Amino acid sequence: MSYLVPAGLYALGTPDYADPVLVTANYKMSYDLVRRALPGRNLWLLVLETNGVNVWCAAGKGTFGTEELVRRIEATRLPDVVSHRRLILPILGATGVAAHEVERLTGFAVSYAAIRIDDLPEYLDNGMVTTPAMRELTFTFRERLALVPVELVLALKNLAAAGALLFFLAALAYGIAGGVLALVAFLGAALTGIVVAPLLLPWLPGRSFSMKGAIAGFAWVAVLFFVRGYLASSYLLTVAALLALPAVTAYYTLNFTGCTNFTSPSGVKKEMRIAVPVMCGAVVLSIILLLIDWLIRHSGGVF
Amino acid sequence: MKGFRYLTGVATLGLDPGKCMGCGRCVEVCPHQVFDLDNRMARIRDLDACMECGACSRNCPAIAVRVDSGVGCATGFMHEWLRGRKLSKDGRRCCP
Repeated sequence: MSYLVPAGLYALGTPDYADPVLVTANYKMSYDLVRRALPGRNLWLLVLETNGVNVWCAAGKGTFGTEELVRRIEATRLPDVVSHRRLILPILGATGVAAHEVERLTGFAVSYAAIRIDDLPEYLDNGMVTTPAMRELTFTFRERLALVPVELVLALKNLAAAGALLFFLAALAYGIAGGVLALVAFLGAALTGIVVAPLLLPWLPGRSFSMKGAIAGFAWVAVLFFVRGYLASSYLLTVAALLALPAVTAYYTLNFTGCTNFTSPSGVKKEMRIAVPVMCGAVVLSIILLLIDWLIRHSGGVF
Repeated sequence: MKGFRYLTGVATLGLDPGKCMGCGRCVEVCPHQVFDLDNRMARIRDLDACMECGACSRNCPAIAVRVDSGVGCATGFMHEWLRGRKLSKDGRRCCP
């Protein structure tokens, strides 16, 4: 299945030389959503070559950028097609495009219209004025929910490998029931980080994602405790679970920073400098406790 | 952005008022309302809302805004770290 639309100049309706020119990426979904949002209008749609990537991600990489826009204006002979010299761009494309450079090189003035395609009709009807709401990002429950399946699929391979290894080792040490329990505890902790924490993001306490994740992870441990009546068959195993499970949840919640639209690289780096050593330390300590517990059980009373 | 705040005091964003021409491009392109115009001069009104996307500095014709821009993605930094130590040959980052 192809998610690309060939780059170039497209006509929506029957535009003439005076009609506005909108610029978008050649990700099929971007193209389709723009067309669908503007039925019955006469517009030009200039589609840039972003290799099928959406505007925001392509702008971050620079493929939705000044160079490609200038090249596409020339390749499509846009100056001969329209008489005006104005382009309408998505606000999230501004990361890749320098408006003043485009104007200097092509004579076309750039207007950053709105963040969301849905605001385009209002923008066009109101004399191309951007309202404050059109400029403000959102990250609603529904928007976060839409990201969860992608994250799940991306994590599937690692989850399966880690889960299988954990099941095998735990089953060897504690029998099949122990293996199943370890697997359920691990998968629950991971899913809490991949699904639950992103959905509950604004309501989880703390600013850092790893902190939010660790709290969600402790909540998962509490669920296990209440379902079973106890956590594990020894104090060592209980402490090991209390260390490792929230660390797993924190790890996956931390990875959700890449899906959000408000975390800065400086912030993520700062958080990682503390969180990554703490998470690794918790897991290593947990493994040491598990080994001690195993030794005690198999030492036949030597300890 | 309503309902979401990330770590404070970390953004590398800076504005040189001496160079600013007051064109307002930074206000126009910032999706987090970090800037406003005060007496025809740009002003940073909410530094901690900055996600360092770099749209403002790229679109400032006076080179008055600067920021170490990038993507705030933990997975990306982990891959970078592993690649830097030759522990992973995975060429891709978290995004396609």
